[in-house]
Amino acid sequence: MIALSDFLILSALLFSLSVLGIFINRKNIIILLMCIELMLLAVNLNFIAFSHYSGDIAGQIFVFFILTVAAAEAAIGLAILVVLFRNLNTINVSDLDRLKG
Amino acid sequence: MEQIIFYCFSALLLFSATMVITVRNPVRAALFLVLAFFTSAGIWLLLEAEFLALTLVLVYVGAVMVLFLFVVMMLDINLTSLQEGFTRYLPLGILVAALITIEMLAVLGAAHFGLDIVPLPAPQPDDYSNTRAIGLMLYTTYVYPFEIAAVILTVAIVAAITLTLRENKSRKAQVVSDQIKVRAEDRLRIVKMDAVRKETEL
Repeated sequence: MIALSDFLILSALLFSLSVLGIFINRKNIIILLMCIELMLLAVNLNFIAFSHYSGDIAGQIFVFFILTVAAAEAAIGLAILVVLFRNLNTINVSDLDRLKG
Repeated sequence: MEQIIFYCFSALLLFSATMVITVRNPVRAALFLVLAFFTSAGIWLLLEAEFLALTLVLVYVGAVMVLFLFVVMMLDINLTSLQEGFTRYLPLGILVAALITIEMLAVLGAAHFGLDIVPLPAPQPDDYSNTRAIGLMLYTTYVYPFEIAAVILTVAIVAAITLTLRENKSRKAQVVSDQIKVRAEDRLRIVKMDAVRKETEL
């Protein structure tokens, strides 16, 4: 007997953990990307829990699209990261101030 | 039984998420993220989303996390400079995260989404297939978004390759398009000049 609120609380905890991760790892782009992936995972868990308890499969379709977009985002983000490291030889966020006005 | 599985998997998921954000080495963080994806795939199985659980393992663990590990191991990162500010921003981060948690618990708690308000759904019949249900929905109602998702993936491939492609300067290859485009005027110059006699013959 697992209530819907249990899943929602779990995903809320996961989401806040990844927000905390963005705060404390603000120098490291790789960990920041991982925290974004964790956030998306929490959101997906919400979608699937609601989809299961309301008996509507559309929520799972939505998760499918989120997975697609997240994969594309990870690929492009890592490509940008590689180019960045190649040009500047660092991935420290505080060193990336070329666009400072 | 289901409850035991749920609580074990939840504890494991929260533990691995904590390790992802606190561990020093990015390779370890990526491996803990793999663990987090695996356990949440287990939780999705509890929610009878079999297709998505397997997709999560295949796409995330199989592709995205391997890409992450590949990039992390390829880059030679100076870890000490990346750790500064860890304790400095910890109190603020904990404050914000706790606020978010409290807010969400107030809205999503058992008072609004408990078992007495949202009852357990009726069990599916034995021949029910989650994959079949998703496929029926995806290829009829959502076929247009599905094709847009395909376009997004193609754009992602093209963008990732063009971003990281490095033109090798020392490579000697034919540029076929330039060769085809060439016209006689580009290669051959016809100079019109009057005939002149050598001075000695004058």
